[in-house]
Amino acid sequence: MTDLRRVTPFASMNGAAVVAQNVQRSFNGRDVLRNVNLTIEGDQFVALLGRSGSGKSTLLRILGGLDPDYQGDVLVPERRAVVFQEARLIPWLRVLANVVLGLNPRPEGHPALRERGLEALREVVLEEHAHDWPLTLSGGEAQRVALARALVREPQLMLLDEPFGALDALTRIKMQSLLQRLCARHRPAVLLVTHDVDEAILLADRVAVLVNGTISLDVTVDIEKPRNRGDAHFIELRERLLRELGVEEAPAPSPLASLLHARPRPEHEGAR
Amino acid sequence: MSVVKLESSDLAQIARPLENIVLTSPVPTHRRRSRVHVPRTVRRIVGPLIVIILWQVVCSAGVFTSYEVASPIAVFDAGRELAVQGVLLPNLLISLRRVLEGLGLGVGIGVTLAVLSGLFRAGEDLLDPVVQAARAVPILGLVPLAIIWFGVGEMPKIFLIALGSTFAIYINTFAGIRSVDQKLVEAGETFGLSRWGLVRRVILPGALPNFLVGLRLALVGSWLIVIVAEEINAQSGIGYLIMQAQTTDRTDIMMMGLAIYAILGLLADALVRLLERRLLSWRRGFAGS
Repeated sequence: MTDLRRVTPFASMNGAAVVAQNVQRSFNGRDVLRNVNLTIEGDQFVALLGRSGSGKSTLLRILGGLDPDYQGDVLVPERRAVVFQEARLIPWLRVLANVVLGLNPRPEGHPALRERGLEALREVVLEEHAHDWPLTLSGGEAQRVALARALVREPQLMLLDEPFGALDALTRIKMQSLLQRLCARHRPAVLLVTHDVDEAILLADRVAVLVNGTISLDVTVDIEKPRNRGDAHFIELRERLLRELGVEEAPAPSPLASLLHARPRPEHEGAR
Repeated sequence: MSVVKLESSDLAQIARPLENIVLTSPVPTHRRRSRVHVPRTVRRIVGPLIVIILWQVVCSAGVFTSYEVASPIAVFDAGRELAVQGVLLPNLLISLRRVLEGLGLGVGIGVTLAVLSGLFRAGEDLLDPVVQAARAVPILGLVPLAIIWFGVGEMPKIFLIALGSTFAIYINTFAGIRSVDQKLVEAGETFGLSRWGLVRRVILPGALPNFLVGLRLALVGSWLIVIVAEEINAQSGIGYLIMQAQTTDRTDIMMMGLAIYAILGLLADALVRLLERRLLSWRRGFAGS
């Protein structure tokens, strides 16, 4: 079991919600994080991009207090919440009990705690599922419960580990705008770990790219919200980020080009 | 634009001749629900009922003498005879009490040991080998020793039953604790559950399905042991009744005793099923087709 005390609480100076300096982490001699420096302001939304295996989830787990075996200095707020790729709801606790899991009822009492949980479920439009079992929910619904469970703690830092990675494309779009609304209302500092470049540009105030165990690029996204994938700045930033990730994207083909270069039909298809 | 009129011979060349295509429901036959709804309890009684009817048929046909095998009707009559004499109920209650006390003790010990070795690596290293070794000792072989240690009262019987149920509970509960998803434990940790909260809200409920499997085994095991314990040294209980019947060649009473065990086994199983339905209603596993 992880010892959460390893992540020391601190009195926030100059409004930063995350201060990470010279963070290193290796697994069996393999350096996953070499030298990571990252600061997140009190209400900033930072997206962390990286290829799979780049160590972005490792960094998130360190900030979440789930990985005590790192080197370097890390400071995070005490009130923080994690949303994992899978909802990780406790199957034998009803939805509402999952939302208020681990909250201390003492200062306000159980009815008040319950009301707080219901309020959080209302925010993700799942109030009527409060007494359902988690395993009866769809993937998107379960993930919304996970969001409610994070929000009900009024976190100063929200850690999102590819929260929409397991969802279908349509649900993902809905969840992204829901997350945007919720963050605008609650204004926590957010670290969103993702490999979806569009998602990062769409949601974040700042995008950091993790390559070879260090943050190789850290850019502020100054595109006005609501952002549009077709926007010239959007496309420009996307290409820059993809280049940083080592992906060369072919220029988007125009409709005319696709007509001129009609794809040859594969042989086995013609034989049918 | 010109319209080309097709002759019927041309049409036949373009389109394949129309076949009669047989359409069917996408649900395979064996997946379709039967239209008659028979209550679950009734369906579960049908099997044992068939066995009893066959048993009666075989007896009525004269395959066995009544000394060899008593018919269900004779067994029922024997039960009524003993009940009228006021012998059946007190002995039944005594056996029941022994089982409950022994089982209670066994479940308590088994769960405690399983939690200690399930939660702590040190506990596992210390306790598990001991329990595994003790488990290999045939419990019925301990009967003479139990008499030496505890005399001939209630103690040796309860001791043997407790011992018999402890292991089934231990093995299954331990496996249950260790099969709890690490991801759920992590989730509980990040949302501020204390160590005890983690055990109470996540780890133990997660081990519950396995514990209930252990409880089923322990229930059956404890009835098995109580009959042996009562046949060897006792002045009361269903096992004692069976021994008495043997000395008077009353096959019907002997089989009645066995029938009572069978009925109790069925009831115990129904009890655990009820527990499972109540406690494991969150599960969405394969429930059989």
